[in-house]
Amino acid sequence: MTDAAFFTEVLIPALLKGGVVSLQLIALAAPFGLLAGIAIAIGRTYGGRVVSGLCHGYIIFFKGCPLLLLLFILYFGLPSLGITLPAFVAAVIGFILCNGAYNSEYIRGALLSVKEGQMIAAQALGMSRWQAIRHIILPQALRRAIPGVSNEFIYLIKYSSLAYLITVTELTGAAKIVAAKYFAYFEAFALVGIFYLILVSIATVAVGVLEKRLAIPGFSGK
Amino acid sequence: MGADKYILRVEDIHKAYGDREVLKGVSFNVRKGETKVFIGPSGTGKSTLLRCINQLTLPDQGRVFLNDEEVTNSGTRINYFRQKIGMVFQNFYLFDHLTAVRNVEVALLKVKKMDAAAAREKALEELRRVGMEDWADHYPAELSGGQAQRVSIARALAMDPDVILFDEPTSALDPELTREVLEVMKNLARQGMTMLVVTHEMSFALSVANEILFMEHGKIIERGTPAQVREDPSFERMRKFIGKFADFGEGSGKEDD
Repeated sequence: MTDAAFFTEVLIPALLKGGVVSLQLIALAAPFGLLAGIAIAIGRTYGGRVVSGLCHGYIIFFKGCPLLLLLFILYFGLPSLGITLPAFVAAVIGFILCNGAYNSEYIRGALLSVKEGQMIAAQALGMSRWQAIRHIILPQALRRAIPGVSNEFIYLIKYSSLAYLITVTELTGAAKIVAAKYFAYFEAFALVGIFYLILVSIATVAVGVLEKRLAIPGFSGK
Repeated sequence: MGADKYILRVEDIHKAYGDREVLKGVSFNVRKGETKVFIGPSGTGKSTLLRCINQLTLPDQGRVFLNDEEVTNSGTRINYFRQKIGMVFQNFYLFDHLTAVRNVEVALLKVKKMDAAAAREKALEELRRVGMEDWADHYPAELSGGQAQRVSIARALAMDPDVILFDEPTSALDPELTREVLEVMKNLARQGMTMLVVTHEMSFALSVANEILFMEHGKIIERGTPAQVREDPSFERMRKFIGKFADFGEGSGKEDD
Protein backbone atom coordinates (compact mmCIF):
# COMPACT_ATOMS: atom_id res chain seq x y z
CA MET A 1 0.00 0.00 0.00
CA THR A 2 1.31 3.41 -0.92
CA ASP A 3 1.56 6.18 1.62
CA ALA A 4 -1.18 8.09 -0.14
CA ALA A 5 -3.47 5.09 -0.24
CA PHE A 6 -2.86 4.47 3.48
CA PHE A 7 -4.08 7.96 4.24
CA THR A 8 -7.06 8.07 1.91
CA GLU A 9 -8.26 4.49 2.25
CA VAL A 10 -7.37 3.52 5.80
CA LEU A 11 -6.46 6.27 8.18
CA ILE A 12 -8.79 9.08 7.19
CA PRO A 13 -11.93 6.91 6.88
CA ALA A 14 -11.17 5.36 10.29
CA LEU A 15 -10.64 8.75 11.87
CA LEU A 16 -13.81 10.14 10.31
CA LYS A 17 -15.75 7.22 11.75
CA GLY A 18 -14.18 7.80 15.15
CA GLY A 19 -14.71 11.51 14.76
CA VAL A 20 -18.44 10.97 14.34
CA VAL A 21 -18.50 9.04 17.62
CA SER A 22 -16.56 11.85 19.31
CA LEU A 23 -19.03 14.40 18.00
CA GLN A 24 -21.92 12.29 19.26
CA LEU A 25 -20.34 12.10 22.72
CA ILE A 26 -19.78 15.85 22.79
CA ALA A 27 -23.16 16.75 21.30
CA LEU A 28 -24.95 14.70 23.96
CA ALA A 29 -22.77 15.67 26.92
CA ALA A 30 -22.51 19.42 26.31
CA PRO A 31 -26.19 20.48 26.49
CA PHE A 32 -26.95 18.22 29.46
CA GLY A 33 -23.74 19.32 31.13
CA LEU A 34 -24.91 22.90 30.73
CA LEU A 35 -28.37 22.09 32.10
CA ALA A 36 -26.82 20.22 35.03
CA GLY A 37 -24.55 23.20 35.67
CA ILE A 38 -27.49 25.61 35.66
CA ALA A 39 -29.58 23.43 37.96
CA ILE A 40 -26.76 22.90 40.45
CA ALA A 41 -25.75 26.55 40.44
CA ILE A 42 -29.35 27.66 41.09
CA GLY A 43 -29.78 25.02 43.78
CA ARG A 44 -26.62 26.05 45.51
CA THR A 45 -27.28 29.80 45.26
CA TYR A 46 -31.01 29.99 45.91
CA GLY A 47 -31.90 26.64 47.47
CA GLY A 48 -32.64 26.09 51.13
CA ARG A 49 -30.04 24.58 53.40
CA VAL A 50 -30.67 21.00 52.27
CA VAL A 51 -30.74 21.64 48.51
CA SER A 52 -27.80 24.00 48.70
CA GLY A 53 -25.86 21.46 50.76
CA LEU A 54 -26.59 18.64 48.33
CA CYS A 55 -25.45 20.76 45.40
CA HIS A 56 -22.29 21.70 47.23
CA GLY A 57 -21.65 18.03 47.96
CA TYR A 58 -22.11 17.21 44.28
CA ILE A 59 -19.56 19.82 43.27
CA ILE A 60 -17.01 18.66 45.85
CA PHE A 61 -17.43 15.04 44.80
CA PHE A 62 -17.24 15.43 41.03
CA LYS A 63 -14.56 18.09 41.06
CA GLY A 64 -12.51 15.91 43.34
CA CYS A 65 -12.90 12.68 41.39
CA PRO A 66 -10.56 12.20 38.39
CA LEU A 67 -12.69 11.85 35.29
CA LEU A 68 -10.98 8.66 34.22
CA LEU A 69 -11.73 7.10 37.61
CA LEU A 70 -15.35 8.20 37.28
CA LEU A 71 -15.60 6.52 33.88
CA PHE A 72 -14.05 3.34 35.27
CA ILE A 73 -16.55 3.28 38.11
CA LEU A 74 -19.48 3.87 35.75
CA TYR A 75 -18.42 1.24 33.23
CA PHE A 76 -16.39 -1.37 35.11
CA GLY A 77 -17.63 -0.78 38.66
CA LEU A 78 -21.39 -0.47 38.41
CA PRO A 79 -21.97 -3.97 36.97
CA SER A 80 -20.99 -5.42 40.37
CA LEU A 81 -23.94 -3.46 41.78
CA GLY A 82 -26.14 -4.98 39.09
CA ILE A 83 -26.12 -1.88 36.86
CA THR A 84 -24.65 -2.47 33.43
CA LEU A 85 -24.30 0.50 31.12
CA PRO A 86 -23.22 0.40 27.47
CA ALA A 87 -19.79 2.01 27.17
CA PHE A 88 -21.09 4.93 25.15
CA VAL A 89 -23.80 5.67 27.72
CA ALA A 90 -21.35 5.39 30.61
CA ALA A 91 -19.03 7.85 28.87
CA VAL A 92 -21.80 10.38 28.22
CA ILE A 93 -23.03 10.17 31.83
CA GLY A 94 -19.50 10.62 33.14
CA PHE A 95 -18.92 13.66 30.93
CA ILE A 96 -22.25 15.23 31.96
CA LEU A 97 -21.51 14.74 35.68
CA CYS A 98 -18.05 16.24 35.36
CA ASN A 99 -18.96 19.02 32.92
CA GLY A 100 -21.98 19.94 35.07
CA ALA A 101 -19.87 20.29 38.21
CA TYR A 102 -17.41 22.69 36.61
CA ASN A 103 -20.09 24.61 34.68
CA SER A 104 -22.06 25.11 37.88
CA GLU A 105 -19.16 26.98 39.45
CA TYR A 106 -18.91 29.39 36.53
CA ILE A 107 -22.66 29.90 36.51
CA ARG A 108 -22.81 30.33 40.29
CA GLY A 109 -20.21 33.06 40.08
CA ALA A 110 -22.28 34.74 37.38
CA LEU A 111 -25.49 34.43 39.43
CA LEU A 112 -23.76 36.08 42.38
CA SER A 113 -22.57 38.91 40.13
CA VAL A 114 -26.15 39.93 39.26
CA LYS A 115 -27.00 42.89 41.45
CA GLU A 116 -29.43 42.33 44.32
CA GLY A 117 -31.74 45.05 43.02
CA GLN A 118 -32.69 42.91 40.01
CA MET A 119 -34.32 40.32 42.27
CA ILE A 120 -35.93 42.99 44.44
CA ALA A 121 -37.41 44.82 41.44
CA ALA A 122 -38.71 41.56 39.95
CA GLN A 123 -40.38 40.56 43.21
CA ALA A 124 -41.84 44.03 43.62
CA LEU A 125 -43.64 43.49 40.30
CA GLY A 126 -45.27 40.33 41.64
CA MET A 127 -42.84 37.75 40.29
CA SER A 128 -42.24 34.70 42.44
CA ARG A 129 -38.66 33.98 43.35
CA TRP A 130 -38.52 31.28 40.70
CA GLN A 131 -39.97 33.57 38.00
CA ALA A 132 -37.42 36.21 38.92
CA ILE A 133 -34.57 33.70 38.63
CA ARG A 134 -35.91 32.29 35.37
CA HIS A 135 -36.75 35.52 33.56
CA ILE A 136 -34.47 38.14 35.11
CA ILE A 137 -31.45 36.68 36.91
CA LEU A 138 -30.58 33.70 34.70
CA PRO A 139 -30.56 35.54 31.33
CA GLN A 140 -28.07 38.00 32.80
CA ALA A 141 -25.97 35.38 34.58
CA LEU A 142 -25.70 33.08 31.55
CA ARG A 143 -24.32 35.90 29.43
CA ARG A 144 -21.64 36.49 32.02
CA ALA A 145 -20.93 32.76 32.29
CA ILE A 146 -20.23 32.31 28.56
CA PRO A 147 -16.43 32.63 28.79
CA GLY A 148 -16.13 30.11 31.61
CA VAL A 149 -18.69 27.67 30.24
CA SER A 150 -17.13 27.78 26.77
CA ASN A 151 -13.74 27.04 28.32
CA GLU A 152 -15.29 23.99 29.91
CA PHE A 153 -16.84 23.03 26.58
CA ILE A 154 -13.41 23.06 24.99
CA TYR A 155 -12.09 20.83 27.77
CA LEU A 156 -15.00 18.50 27.04
CA ILE A 157 -13.96 18.22 23.38
CA LYS A 158 -10.53 17.13 24.49
CA TYR A 159 -11.39 14.88 27.41
CA SER A 160 -13.97 13.08 25.28
CA SER A 161 -10.90 11.06 24.20
CA LEU A 162 -10.96 9.36 27.62
CA ALA A 163 -14.00 7.41 26.40
CA TYR A 164 -11.56 5.22 24.51
CA LEU A 165 -10.30 3.85 27.83
CA ILE A 166 -13.73 2.35 28.48
CA THR A 167 -13.83 0.80 24.98
CA VAL A 168 -15.67 3.50 23.04
CA THR A 169 -13.97 3.75 19.66
CA GLU A 170 -14.03 7.49 19.26
CA LEU A 171 -11.46 9.62 17.46
CA THR A 172 -8.41 8.86 19.60
CA GLY A 173 -9.35 5.20 19.88
CA ALA A 174 -9.77 4.84 16.15
CA ALA A 175 -6.34 6.37 15.63
CA LYS A 176 -4.79 4.05 18.21
CA ILE A 177 -6.22 0.98 16.45
CA VAL A 178 -5.00 2.02 13.01
CA ALA A 179 -1.65 3.12 14.39
CA ALA A 180 -1.04 -0.20 16.09
CA LYS A 181 -2.09 -2.22 13.08
CA TYR A 182 0.06 -0.33 10.57
CA PHE A 183 2.70 0.84 12.99
CA ALA A 184 1.99 4.43 11.91
CA TYR A 185 1.81 6.14 15.29
CA PHE A 186 3.17 9.46 14.20
CA GLU A 187 0.89 9.84 11.18
CA ALA A 188 -2.21 8.70 13.04
CA PHE A 189 -1.76 10.79 16.16
CA ALA A 190 -0.56 13.88 14.31
CA LEU A 191 -3.70 13.74 12.20
CA VAL A 192 -5.84 13.25 15.32
CA GLY A 193 -4.15 16.29 16.81
CA ILE A 194 -5.17 18.30 13.75
CA PHE A 195 -8.72 16.98 14.08
CA TYR A 196 -8.97 18.20 17.67
CA LEU A 197 -7.37 21.48 16.75
CA ILE A 198 -9.98 22.02 14.04
CA LEU A 199 -12.82 21.07 16.42
CA VAL A 200 -11.56 23.40 19.14
CA SER A 201 -11.05 26.21 16.63
CA ILE A 202 -14.59 25.84 15.32
CA ALA A 203 -15.90 25.82 18.91
CA THR A 204 -13.90 28.94 19.76
CA VAL A 205 -15.20 30.82 16.74
CA ALA A 206 -18.76 29.65 17.42
CA VAL A 207 -18.57 30.86 21.02
CA GLY A 208 -17.25 34.21 19.81
CA VAL A 209 -20.17 34.56 17.42
CA LEU A 210 -22.63 33.54 20.15
CA GLU A 211 -21.13 36.03 22.58
CA LYS A 212 -21.40 38.79 20.00
CA ARG A 213 -25.00 37.94 19.14
CA LEU A 214 -26.02 37.95 22.80
CA ALA A 215 -24.06 41.09 23.61
CA ILE A 216 -26.01 43.83 25.36
CA PRO A 217 -24.90 47.38 26.09
CA GLY A 218 -23.60 47.55 29.62
CA PHE A 219 -22.70 43.87 29.79
CA SER A 220 -19.43 43.64 27.94
CA GLY A 221 -17.50 45.99 30.19
CA LYS A 222 -17.21 48.40 27.29
CA MET B 1 -65.75 55.01 46.72
CA GLY B 2 -66.84 56.67 49.98
CA ALA B 3 -64.79 59.50 51.34
CA ASP B 4 -63.84 57.53 54.44
CA LYS B 5 -62.95 54.40 52.53
CA TYR B 6 -59.23 53.76 52.69
CA ILE B 7 -57.38 52.09 49.84
CA LEU B 8 -54.38 51.33 52.06
CA ARG B 9 -54.22 50.92 55.82
CA VAL B 10 -50.94 50.57 57.66
CA GLU B 11 -51.27 49.59 61.32
CA ASP B 12 -48.58 49.73 63.98
CA ILE B 13 -45.61 48.56 61.93
CA HIS B 14 -42.55 47.57 63.95
CA LYS B 15 -39.21 46.48 62.53
CA ALA B 16 -35.88 45.88 64.22
CA TYR B 17 -32.54 44.76 62.84
CA GLY B 18 -30.92 43.09 65.82
CA ASP B 19 -30.95 45.63 68.65
CA ARG B 20 -31.61 48.51 66.31
CA GLU B 21 -35.29 49.39 66.16
CA VAL B 22 -35.91 50.98 62.79
CA LEU B 23 -39.69 51.31 62.99
CA LYS B 24 -41.43 51.74 66.33
CA GLY B 25 -45.09 51.54 65.57
CA VAL B 26 -46.05 53.43 62.41
CA SER B 27 -49.71 53.76 61.40
CA PHE B 28 -51.46 55.73 58.69
CA ASN B 29 -54.26 55.37 56.16
CA VAL B 30 -54.41 56.39 52.52
CA ARG B 31 -57.45 57.30 50.45
CA LYS B 32 -57.66 56.75 46.73
CA GLY B 33 -55.92 59.49 44.79
CA GLU B 34 -53.94 60.83 47.73
CA THR B 35 -50.25 61.64 47.64
CA LYS B 36 -48.55 61.23 50.98
CA VAL B 37 -44.97 62.39 51.28
CA PHE B 38 -42.63 61.09 53.98
CA ILE B 39 -39.76 63.33 54.95
CA GLY B 40 -37.21 63.26 57.72
CA PRO B 41 -33.53 62.73 58.43
CA SER B 42 -31.73 59.81 56.79
CA GLY B 43 -31.85 56.49 58.58
CA THR B 44 -35.19 57.06 60.26
CA GLY B 45 -36.92 54.10 58.67
CA LYS B 46 -38.77 55.75 55.79
CA SER B 47 -37.50 53.36 53.13
CA THR B 48 -37.92 50.38 55.46
CA LEU B 49 -41.52 51.47 55.99
CA LEU B 50 -42.21 51.40 52.23
CA ARG B 51 -40.62 47.96 51.95
CA CYS B 52 -42.74 46.70 54.84
CA ILE B 53 -45.85 47.70 52.90
CA ASN B 54 -45.17 45.37 49.97
CA GLN B 55 -43.38 42.87 52.21
CA LEU B 56 -40.00 43.12 50.53
CA THR B 57 -39.00 43.55 54.16
CA LEU B 58 -41.08 41.57 56.62
CA PRO B 59 -42.26 43.68 59.56
CA ASP B 60 -41.86 42.15 63.02
CA GLN B 61 -45.28 43.36 64.03
CA GLY B 62 -48.19 45.27 62.57
CA ARG B 63 -50.52 44.79 59.64
CA VAL B 64 -51.06 46.23 56.18
CA PHE B 65 -54.38 46.17 54.33
CA LEU B 66 -55.01 46.90 50.68
CA ASN B 67 -58.69 47.43 49.90
CA ASP B 68 -59.47 45.73 53.25
CA GLU B 69 -57.53 42.60 52.33
CA GLU B 70 -54.58 41.76 54.53
CA VAL B 71 -51.25 42.05 52.74
CA THR B 72 -49.17 40.95 55.72
CA ASN B 73 -49.16 37.20 56.37
CA SER B 74 -50.71 36.57 52.95
CA GLY B 75 -48.37 33.71 51.97
CA THR B 76 -47.90 33.30 48.24
CA ARG B 77 -50.80 35.70 47.61
CA ILE B 78 -48.23 38.40 48.26
CA ASN B 79 -47.37 38.13 44.55
CA TYR B 80 -50.90 39.25 43.79
CA PHE B 81 -50.67 42.21 46.17
CA ARG B 82 -47.30 43.26 44.79
CA GLN B 83 -48.89 43.65 41.36
CA LYS B 84 -51.32 46.08 42.99
CA ILE B 85 -48.60 47.95 44.91
CA GLY B 86 -46.10 49.40 42.48
CA MET B 87 -42.63 50.40 43.59
CA VAL B 88 -40.05 52.82 42.24
CA PHE B 89 -36.52 52.59 43.65
CA GLN B 90 -33.79 55.10 44.29
CA ASN B 91 -31.42 53.24 41.95
CA PHE B 92 -34.13 52.43 39.36
CA TYR B 93 -33.30 48.71 39.32
CA LEU B 94 -34.18 48.42 35.65
CA PHE B 95 -33.53 44.93 34.29
CA ASP B 96 -30.12 45.39 32.72
CA HIS B 97 -30.55 42.83 29.95
CA LEU B 98 -33.85 44.19 28.62
CA THR B 99 -34.64 47.22 26.48
CA ALA B 100 -36.87 49.91 27.94
CA VAL B 101 -40.02 48.51 26.38
CA ARG B 102 -39.18 44.96 27.45
CA ASN B 103 -38.52 46.19 30.98
CA VAL B 104 -42.07 47.47 31.03
CA GLU B 105 -43.67 44.44 29.40
CA VAL B 106 -41.81 41.57 31.09
CA ALA B 107 -44.12 41.41 34.12
CA LEU B 108 -47.17 41.84 31.89
CA LEU B 109 -46.06 38.73 30.00
CA LYS B 110 -44.76 36.61 32.84
CA VAL B 111 -46.94 37.68 35.77
CA LYS B 112 -50.16 38.90 34.17
CA LYS B 113 -49.80 36.38 31.31
CA MET B 114 -50.92 38.93 28.73
CA ASP B 115 -50.41 37.99 25.10
CA ALA B 116 -47.40 39.48 23.36
CA ALA B 117 -49.21 42.05 21.20
CA ALA B 118 -51.35 43.40 24.05
CA ALA B 119 -48.34 43.58 26.39
CA ARG B 120 -46.29 45.46 23.82
CA GLU B 121 -49.10 47.92 23.19
CA LYS B 122 -49.59 48.52 26.91
CA ALA B 123 -45.83 48.92 27.47
CA LEU B 124 -45.51 51.49 24.69
CA GLU B 125 -48.52 53.34 26.06
CA GLU B 126 -46.91 53.58 29.51
CA LEU B 127 -43.61 54.72 27.98
CA ARG B 128 -45.53 57.43 26.15
CA ARG B 129 -47.06 58.49 29.45
CA VAL B 130 -43.59 59.21 30.88
CA GLY B 131 -42.26 60.66 27.62
CA MET B 132 -39.93 57.74 26.87
CA GLU B 133 -41.52 56.19 23.79
CA ASP B 134 -38.62 57.29 21.58
CA TRP B 135 -36.25 55.29 23.80
CA ALA B 136 -38.25 52.06 23.76
CA ASP B 137 -35.50 50.01 22.13
CA HIS B 138 -32.62 51.30 24.22
CA TYR B 139 -30.96 49.33 26.99
CA PRO B 140 -30.68 50.71 30.55
CA ALA B 141 -26.96 51.34 30.08
CA GLU B 142 -27.83 53.73 27.24
CA LEU B 143 -30.21 55.86 29.32
CA SER B 144 -29.51 58.80 31.62
CA GLY B 145 -30.55 58.40 35.24
CA GLY B 146 -33.63 60.51 34.73
CA GLN B 147 -34.66 58.52 31.68
CA ALA B 148 -34.05 55.24 33.50
CA GLN B 149 -36.20 56.38 36.39
CA ARG B 150 -39.00 57.39 34.03
CA VAL B 151 -38.87 53.92 32.47
CA SER B 152 -39.03 52.37 35.93
CA ILE B 153 -42.13 54.49 36.66
CA ALA B 154 -43.66 53.24 33.41
CA ARG B 155 -42.82 49.69 34.50
CA ALA B 156 -44.70 50.22 37.77
CA LEU B 157 -47.64 51.92 36.01
CA ALA B 158 -48.05 49.09 33.51
CA MET B 159 -49.31 46.76 36.24
CA ASP B 160 -52.23 49.16 36.87
CA PRO B 161 -51.40 49.36 40.57
CA ASP B 162 -53.76 50.75 43.22
CA VAL B 163 -50.87 52.61 44.82
CA ILE B 164 -47.25 53.32 43.92
CA LEU B 165 -44.45 53.52 46.49
CA PHE B 166 -41.63 55.90 45.55
CA ASP B 167 -38.46 55.22 47.54
CA GLU B 168 -36.31 58.35 47.16
CA PRO B 169 -36.88 58.35 43.39
CA THR B 170 -34.63 61.33 42.72
CA SER B 171 -31.87 60.90 45.31
CA ALA B 172 -29.48 59.33 42.79
CA LEU B 173 -30.07 62.06 40.18
CA ASP B 174 -28.52 65.40 39.29
CA PRO B 175 -30.82 68.39 39.92
CA GLU B 176 -31.41 68.71 36.20
CA LEU B 177 -32.55 65.10 35.88
CA THR B 178 -34.49 65.29 39.13
CA ARG B 179 -36.77 67.83 37.52
CA GLU B 180 -37.92 65.57 34.68
CA VAL B 181 -38.75 62.77 37.12
CA LEU B 182 -40.65 65.08 39.48
CA GLU B 183 -42.61 66.41 36.49
CA VAL B 184 -43.76 62.87 35.69
CA MET B 185 -44.71 62.28 39.34
CA LYS B 186 -46.65 65.53 39.50
CA ASN B 187 -48.62 64.54 36.43
CA LEU B 188 -49.43 61.19 38.00
CA ALA B 189 -50.65 62.89 41.15
CA ARG B 190 -52.86 65.15 39.06
CA GLN B 191 -54.24 62.16 37.18
CA GLY B 192 -55.36 60.71 40.50
CA MET B 193 -52.69 58.07 41.11
CA THR B 194 -52.39 57.12 44.78
CA MET B 195 -48.78 57.61 45.80
CA LEU B 196 -46.56 57.27 48.85
CA VAL B 197 -43.33 59.17 48.34
CA VAL B 198 -40.17 59.16 50.43
CA THR B 199 -38.13 62.14 49.30
CA HIS B 200 -35.89 65.02 50.23
CA GLU B 201 -37.48 67.23 47.58
CA MET B 202 -39.23 69.72 49.82
CA SER B 203 -40.77 71.80 47.06
CA PHE B 204 -42.32 68.65 45.66
CA ALA B 205 -43.68 67.75 49.10
CA LEU B 206 -45.08 71.21 49.67
CA SER B 207 -46.65 71.55 46.23
CA VAL B 208 -47.95 68.04 45.52
CA ALA B 209 -48.62 66.25 48.82
CA ASN B 210 -52.06 65.93 50.35
CA GLU B 211 -50.25 65.23 53.58
CA ILE B 212 -46.66 65.46 54.69
CA LEU B 213 -45.51 62.99 57.33
CA PHE B 214 -42.35 63.78 59.24
CA MET B 215 -40.51 60.73 60.53
CA GLU B 216 -37.75 60.58 63.05
CA HIS B 217 -36.31 57.65 65.03
CA GLY B 218 -38.78 55.18 63.54
CA LYS B 219 -41.93 57.14 64.30
CA ILE B 220 -44.20 59.65 62.65
CA ILE B 221 -43.55 62.77 64.74
CA GLU B 222 -45.68 65.32 62.91
CA ARG B 223 -48.13 65.18 60.05
CA GLY B 224 -50.18 67.79 58.25
CA THR B 225 -51.16 69.35 54.95
CA PRO B 226 -48.60 71.52 53.16
CA ALA B 227 -50.64 74.61 54.09
CA GLN B 228 -50.58 73.67 57.77
CA VAL B 229 -46.87 72.94 57.66
CA ARG B 230 -46.16 76.27 56.02
CA GLU B 231 -48.36 78.40 58.21
CA ASP B 232 -48.81 76.69 61.56
CA PRO B 233 -45.83 77.35 63.86
CA SER B 234 -46.73 74.32 66.00
CA PHE B 235 -45.18 72.12 63.27
CA GLU B 236 -41.93 73.03 64.87
CA ARG B 237 -39.78 69.98 64.05
CA MET B 238 -40.90 69.76 60.48
CA ARG B 239 -40.45 73.48 59.80
CA LYS B 240 -36.97 73.36 61.24
CA PHE B 241 -36.09 70.31 59.11
CA ILE B 242 -37.52 71.79 55.93
CA GLY B 243 -35.76 75.07 56.68
CA LYS B 244 -32.43 73.31 56.21
CA PHE B 245 -33.28 72.83 52.57
CA ALA B 246 -32.66 75.76 50.29
CA ASP B 247 -35.96 75.52 48.49
CA PHE B 248 -38.18 76.15 51.52
CA GLY B 249 -40.57 79.01 50.95
CA GLU B 250 -40.66 78.72 47.20
CA GLY B 251 -42.82 75.62 47.30
CA SER B 252 -46.00 77.54 46.57
CA GLY B 253 -47.05 74.99 43.97
CA LYS B 254 -46.81 77.52 41.18
CA GLU B 255 -43.17 77.85 40.39
CA ASP B 256 -42.92 74.55 38.56
CA ASP B 257 -45.76 75.04 36.15
